[in-house]
Amino acid sequence: MNRFFVVVVVVGVVLAGAVFALLKTGGGAPAAAAGPPPTVVDDGFRGYSLGSGDAPVEITEYLDFECPVCASFATIQMPTIKEQLINTGRVRWRYRDFPLPIHKYSRFAAHATQCAGAQGKFHEMHDQLFYRHQWAQTGKDPSRLFRDLAKAAGVDLTAYDTCMQEGRYAARIEFSRQEGDQLLVDGTPTFFVNGKKLTFRRLPNSDDFKAIVDSIITHSPPKPRARQERH
Amino acid sequence: MRYRQAIALLALVGLFVALYLWLHALGFGGPIKCGTGGCDTVQTSPWAVFLGLPVAFYGVVGYCAIFVVALVALRPAALLEQKWNILLAGLATVGVLFTAYLTYLELFVIHAICRWCVGSAIIIAAIWIVALLSLRSPATRTDPGASRPPLDRQA
Repeated sequence: MNRFFVVVVVVGVVLAGAVFALLKTGGGAPAAAAGPPPTVVDDGFRGYSLGSGDAPVEITEYLDFECPVCASFATIQMPTIKEQLINTGRVRWRYRDFPLPIHKYSRFAAHATQCAGAQGKFHEMHDQLFYRHQWAQTGKDPSRLFRDLAKAAGVDLTAYDTCMQEGRYAARIEFSRQEGDQLLVDGTPTFFVNGKKLTFRRLPNSDDFKAIVDSIITHSPPKPRARQERH
Repeated sequence: MRYRQAIALLALVGLFVALYLWLHALGFGGPIKCGTGGCDTVQTSPWAVFLGLPVAFYGVVGYCAIFVVALVALRPAALLEQKWNILLAGLATVGVLFTAYLTYLELFVIHAICRWCVGSAIIIAAIWIVALLSLRSPATRTDPGASRPPLDRQA
């Protein structure tokens, strides 16, 4: 009996060491942009968007740039959604950040898109991050790669570097995440259609969104909406 | 007794698997060590949270419960009590059913396989099988240090 408890203790110590080793990963988080800010301020920003401000349906997507499902959605479903729903003026698509704590660089990636967005290149940077998503699988510090992606997106790197080093939009990203918490966002991507959370038991595809938008437009007359510019 | 020892050791291994996933879900450490992107896909899906808590947390609680019960059942006074086998089988059955649901989600809803989850599924299935075997077998004393022959009565 005593021998068994010795085995239990030894196994426990070995496994605890293994878990510690697994959790202890190298690579420091780069710059102020990588972590949550000490204070959160609402700067009135409610996310970059695609589509007409007059669209009868607004879909808000809470996303995490390191999330593989978000990348899959962005690269496989989104082109069809853009073609069928956004470019036809039926949907305005809004992006909100929801960096998950399990991802080391998602907040950093979100910040890179915000810094690109300050130069009018949010969507280009968004696509660069999702279409070249291998960075999310390596676990390596992606700051140098993100500069390359920003350059490919047409971003001025001097202003980008300053923005990233300052962590200029860290509070904005954290505000978005807290907003998601209040809306009971529990994973990414999570979608809200005209403010109502979609509760699919699987990842919705472009056909699902088309059916939802068709249903909304058919069954409810479009309400007058204030026209807003594309951010 | 051997059955309970086996269950305790399996639960200990499962406990650390679940602990790793739970700590990772809480933001400790870097990217999950998985070998494929499957773990990340599963861990970031909406189904990685159950009743407001990371699914791995329930694994930690479940394995911890099985481990503690197995240790308690290994007390000399409890060795011949069949109720501990029933309790362990009950806990393992709950674990297997919950794991079956999660595996269904991985295969048919999320369409991604997390190797750690598969490992946990194997462990809980093994615990379940051992627990069922312990129900079928008499609770005999098999301590190699014992000089008396095995009892042939049902506990």
